[in-house]
Amino acid sequence: MTPFTYSRASDTASAVQFGAMAQAKYLGGGTNLVDLLRETIEQPSSLIDVTGLSSAITPTADGGLLIGAAAKNTALAEHRLVLSHYPMLTRSIVAGASAQIRNMATVGGNILQRTRCAYFYDTEGSRCNKRSLGQGCDAIDGFNRNHAILGASSSCVATHPSDMCVALAALDALVHLQGPTGARVIPLVDLHLLPDNDPGKETVLLPGELITAIELPSPLVGGRSTYRKVRDRASYAFALVSVAAILAVEDGKVTGVRLAFGGVAPKPWRAKKAENALLGAPATEATFRKAAEAELAHATPLSGNGFKVELAIRTVAALMTSLAGDQS
Amino acid sequence: MSAVSNAGHPGTAVGLAANQWGQGDNPDPLIRHKHGLVGTSVSRIDGPLKVQGKATFAAEFVKEGLTYAALAFSTIAKGRIETLDTSAAEAAPGVVLVMTYKNAPRMKPMPLFMTAEKAAGGDNLPIMQDDRVHWNGQPIALVLAETQEQADFASSLVHATFKAEPSVTNFKEAKRRGTKTGEFGGGPLKLEIGDAEAALTQVPVSIDAQYSTPRHSHNAIEPHAATVAWDGDALLVHDASQAVVHTAWSLSSVFGIDESQVHVTSPYVGGGFGSKTLWQHQVLGAAASKLAGRPVRITLSREGVYRMVGGRSQTEQRVALGADKDGRLKAIIHTGVVAMSHQNALPEPFILATRGAYAADAFKLHVEVAQMDMLANTFMRAPGEAVGTFGLECALDELADKLGIDPVEIRILNEPDKHPTEGKPFSSRNIVEAWRTGAQRFGWAKRNAKPGSVRQGEWLIGMGCATGTYPYYRMPGGAARITLRKDGHARVEIAAHEMGMGTATAHSQVTADRLGLPLDQVTFGYGDSKMPGAVLAGGSQQSASIGAAIVAAQHALFAQLLILAGNASPLAGLRPEEVGGFNGGLVALADLARSESYASIMGRAGRDEIVVQEDAPPPMELQNWSMHSYGAMFCEARVNAVTGETRISRFLGSFDCGRILNAKTAASQFRGGIIMGLGLALMEETQFDERNGRIMNPSLAEYHVPAHMDVPEIDVIWNDIPDPHTPMGAHGIGEIGITGTAAAVANAVFNATGKRVRDLPLTLDKLM
Repeated sequence: MTPFTYSRASDTASAVQFGAMAQAKYLGGGTNLVDLLRETIEQPSSLIDVTGLSSAITPTADGGLLIGAAAKNTALAEHRLVLSHYPMLTRSIVAGASAQIRNMATVGGNILQRTRCAYFYDTEGSRCNKRSLGQGCDAIDGFNRNHAILGASSSCVATHPSDMCVALAALDALVHLQGPTGARVIPLVDLHLLPDNDPGKETVLLPGELITAIELPSPLVGGRSTYRKVRDRASYAFALVSVAAILAVEDGKVTGVRLAFGGVAPKPWRAKKAENALLGAPATEATFRKAAEAELAHATPLSGNGFKVELAIRTVAALMTSLAGDQS
Repeated sequence: MSAVSNAGHPGTAVGLAANQWGQGDNPDPLIRHKHGLVGTSVSRIDGPLKVQGKATFAAEFVKEGLTYAALAFSTIAKGRIETLDTSAAEAAPGVVLVMTYKNAPRMKPMPLFMTAEKAAGGDNLPIMQDDRVHWNGQPIALVLAETQEQADFASSLVHATFKAEPSVTNFKEAKRRGTKTGEFGGGPLKLEIGDAEAALTQVPVSIDAQYSTPRHSHNAIEPHAATVAWDGDALLVHDASQAVVHTAWSLSSVFGIDESQVHVTSPYVGGGFGSKTLWQHQVLGAAASKLAGRPVRITLSREGVYRMVGGRSQTEQRVALGADKDGRLKAIIHTGVVAMSHQNALPEPFILATRGAYAADAFKLHVEVAQMDMLANTFMRAPGEAVGTFGLECALDELADKLGIDPVEIRILNEPDKHPTEGKPFSSRNIVEAWRTGAQRFGWAKRNAKPGSVRQGEWLIGMGCATGTYPYYRMPGGAARITLRKDGHARVEIAAHEMGMGTATAHSQVTADRLGLPLDQVTFGYGDSKMPGAVLAGGSQQSASIGAAIVAAQHALFAQLLILAGNASPLAGLRPEEVGGFNGGLVALADLARSESYASIMGRAGRDEIVVQEDAPPPMELQNWSMHSYGAMFCEARVNAVTGETRISRFLGSFDCGRILNAKTAASQFRGGIIMGLGLALMEETQFDERNGRIMNPSLAEYHVPAHMDVPEIDVIWNDIPDPHTPMGAHGIGEIGITGTAAAVANAVFNATGKRVRDLPLTLDKLM
């Protein structure tokens, strides 16, 4: 761990003021950043602890929810309104990490956590374009079981590891940002960038810009939702494939659908192609499978993760079929 | 936990026990001793200390002027260090020194395990003596600093460049370059009886399949650590060790000092599993301490354990079984190749269990070695049997399926009446009973023999079974000292080890029963190389070794007591064989009215204490008998028909392991072994990047071992039938649990799905 200064922000304005300085980094629960500091992957000169900023979870005027970015993952998962209106979000959060980590991790930090690609972590022995652009990528021909089949590039095939973000993507969550030059609100699905030629640039955040809150729109009327995480052991493992699905069915036809994938892409993957294929279509397993196939038609599996294509298709089909069955 | 016929009752009844164990002629009298402490559930005496944080582990010893070590590792598999820039590290805050091959003291390589009686080294390479790199992850620099954090940071500033040389890090390439027959225990891992290949072609039913198991890394909860200090030429090492005397002797050889100048202690060990022997870190810690003139604490990071402590090597096994129409085996072929480093002596001996498992006319067993440039592989819980039983027991399941015979019945059908390849009689083999009892308790009769026929929602459910087996060993070197005080307190000392399995507790129970003392009047000293004996906590042999040593010491103690008792005692004229420990004293076995308390004998003789020390007799029992522990393993697995995920819903181990010394700690040993077997079956795999020999998942986040949710209720039972040819009637139980488990899982998965997965781990992609 490289030495750094630490300060604790008392309000957003001062946080952003310090955060705008070169080599500064915001610190949430530290469940990922501290690991990265220890591995010397992150070497900030100063850390600004933002866990003292808003962690409030409050209803919005239009029936949604505003979640302070400093809210702990556990607090969000256990919140009364989340349990009643967004149970899928709870399922996704408790599917992630361990209870101890969820007790520490903040919502903002969860969104900005970095990939767990082994080659990214191996600072001494492996090449990684995300760590050092131009080095090359040792994952492409190495161990890539956990890596991306959608949205990757020849420079990087790492996945975004969050479970919570997959649910947030399906929920049409908005991200509230505060930067040195002002505030803005963007959809969560637009926050993360695909790697293209510069995998080190992972989000659209401007220098010093801070996530202050997440906003959930009101739940989809008539929608049933769930989150399914498929992994190599029953807990404490990253998703090989995860699916967040919201489905509304009327008279056997899909009247509303939101679908997002985790474990398959460098960002929480909103499956718009599948959604488009499903809207108005009959709510049958065959349709669901076909829609998933459409989403994965352009998947580019690697040497060690070809199974993810069929796994994602099957998981979507089974999950959506069960959601549709709940409504018949 | 439950013992089917678990003898003994809880409590502190002080019973009668004689003092002889004649290795076969005269069974240990303790076997007949049914109402003492042996066999009861006594909680671990170290438990309260551990939960209170009062048990001092290797990395917790406090020393004046202590410095902290951190290591930097190589990133190539073979070659030379071209440049090694330590200037930034040396200039970092708190750094005391940086040690590399340029300034390390001259040392000899470690004596390689199994090459000498007390050799404990995991490899036999020069340690920081030159610029050579032998594996990816070899330590190339050690940073010593005032705090661990300073050392860790400074080690990240060590900058090395390497000149790589051609290396073999690809298993296929290693095999292409040629294999040789593996050697284990002084002989080749090769055995042929009859013409098994020919027999295979002549039988009506056969199976011929390839199985493979991956590399595994050691993940004891306590990473390897040592606190080291020199006093002149005397070296003190507080180690995490399963071989204190071996380690002391081996370190003396490395540093060219007398064995008596090295003192190794290891009061508590957070798991060993074969890994807590001598690796380069203790040597480097001692070398740096010498260089700095200050004590050193070296604690490996979790990554450090993966980089420099060996694990289990990968295997590729062919198992071919030929049987008649009734299912009787005619031919057993178990051959294959394992990867091995150049610098160690353990070819993963996967045929060991096959030698004695089943009766057959012809055998062909052979382990070949393909050498690779990699970290030395080493012992890991049931080396050989853990992965060998996977191949053998899966193949037998395949054969049973082909024949339409119940998998339990085919095992019973092929039960040998003597050791099938050595011809020796079994000392105690009651596996058939364990099968019957286990099958009934597990509800095996409810199994549907047709694969893929039981389903609940998305989940396919199946049952499978397999035989577990592990040898009884007793190595030479056992010795014990007993100090008996006039107030009836006995202290046993032996250079043995407590790695969490309950050794100190179980042997306190045994000693209390032998001497006729209550448990709280016995203390068990261990974990110190200055104590008697050279007892390896490995090969599941420690309990037998300790037991035999205590028998010998007890005999000497009774002899002394009888001399001291003299003619005024009711015991006058009796020989040590004719008395037993009873109710705080000695009693004539033939006449319980003749007795005298220890206090009385010693009081009359004016003695406050008696100290005796004796060596255990050589392990002659192994010359005459085939001696093994056995387990009948039953698994119920659920496989998700959509995703291929496997979850174990029930497991039962039914054990035939001689007499059980402590029901509670034994159950934990059995369960722990089974849990490790579930990991072996479902998830454990060291990701060894074959491009450069680098381990890519050196952390417990990415190297999967079972999490709580992966472990179902595990039922363990045992028949508690004493082996008349072993001390206490006991067999080792530390390793048996992992054997057979992976095959039971794979066979249950087959029964659930109809899919045979022959390469571990059984990940979901193989079942989709």
